[in-house]
Amino acid sequence: MARVQFTKHLIRFFPKLRDGEFAGGTVADLVRAIDDAHPGLGGYIVDDRGALRVHVNIFLDDELVKDRESLSDRVRRDTKVSIFQALSGG
Amino acid sequence: MARNLVLGTKKGVLILRKGKRGWSAQPIQHPGLSVSFAFHDDRTDTLWAAFDHGHWGAKLSKSPNGGKKWQEVAPPRFPARAKLTPATKKKPTLRYIYVLAPGRKEEPKRLYVGTVPGGLFASDDNGTTFELCDPLWTHRTRDKWIQGGKDFDEPGLHSVVVDPRDAQHVYIGISAAGVFETRDGGASWEPRNKGTVAAFLPDQKSEVGQDPHFVMACAREPDVLWQQNHCGVYRTTNGGKTWTDIGQKKGVVGFGFAIAVDNADPARAWVVPATSDEKRYAKDGALCVARTDDGGKSWSVLRRGLPQENAFDVTYRHALDCRGDTVAFGTTTGNLYVSDDRGERWKCVGSNFPPIMSVRFASG
Repeated sequence: MARVQFTKHLIRFFPKLRDGEFAGGTVADLVRAIDDAHPGLGGYIVDDRGALRVHVNIFLDDELVKDRESLSDRVRRDTKVSIFQALSGG
Repeated sequence: MARNLVLGTKKGVLILRKGKRGWSAQPIQHPGLSVSFAFHDDRTDTLWAAFDHGHWGAKLSKSPNGGKKWQEVAPPRFPARAKLTPATKKKPTLRYIYVLAPGRKEEPKRLYVGTVPGGLFASDDNGTTFELCDPLWTHRTRDKWIQGGKDFDEPGLHSVVVDPRDAQHVYIGISAAGVFETRDGGASWEPRNKGTVAAFLPDQKSEVGQDPHFVMACAREPDVLWQQNHCGVYRTTNGGKTWTDIGQKKGVVGFGFAIAVDNADPARAWVVPATSDEKRYAKDGALCVARTDDGGKSWSVLRRGLPQENAFDVTYRHALDCRGDTVAFGTTTGNLYVSDDRGERWKCVGSNFPPIMSVRFASG
């Protein structure tokens, strides 16, 4: 189970969303588990193809996820996962 | 007289009502969210809003009680079988919801959605589920559709025109592919672009690759269609078999995005001219609306009540509407203008609104 921290911006759309633990060997698995717990939330993080949305960042500990297309980066049990919005726009 | 307006803006949905003291805006709905299109489906008394979240993708929401409570609806989704184009292995993903369009009155649960990339989705359960129209998506001309319209590198479907006489008969408009017609409920589609010109293509009369900015039909005579095109204003009286250029050779009517058509009079329409196309602001810095009452043979340029200097407003394709004698348009600089006499005199109803993406009259 990895500890996942969410940007507060997502609470507007998913008021019950809290940081928590989710199961998954890869980032893609983790997003599926998050979507199971909060139906529809996966579609805010990834697009129809399962690729990370352009203006969303996922950090594994302090490192940006490397595979933004299929989210194959491995997640360890003690990985701290952060799902944040990218800084974009003006 | 029309008494309700629904605006989709860069900062939420604005609903305006006309009372004894004129038009007034209700508290903004979805404050801060970028709305690509909003309208009230008079058939089901449902408000709809499509969102263009900068971070979270395109989303959809509806309200059955005039905006008191909204419910998020799963947006259309490209099926796994779909390829972005025939020549690639890339998969499409929903980038932008361009337009929502109701089906006929007799089919209150039918709803269409036009998207970027250029897909047509249909729902028969009032938006609970959507199905991509495969025959259009895989059309034989698909490789010749090019980017246009919204700031994406993919084509966008922004116009859906349903024949009130026949549910199987639908036109759509794509930037930049053109107008297409189906007479069999979407099973087959034919390009209907004869007569329009694409000045930005090597073959300017190409069957596809044309850029209609918005397409509408006259409800009373649905074989009369109009389009504000990237390269002029066009009208057809034979259901799109041939289009006639009705823009002005010398005059303001040419480039623009929006067009509104009188539902009762097939000879009357309005456009909001803009300075072509590399500049994109009000013609000569003076905002005007042009109306034709004779099918485009002549145009009246209407300026009373509109700013005539330092106006940099542009009216986007879904931000002009009419109902009866009342006409309204919103602009990129957050101005909303309404006329109750077919555009002869305009009143500014709001000048500090967010950039306005859509303006639609509503019943009630």
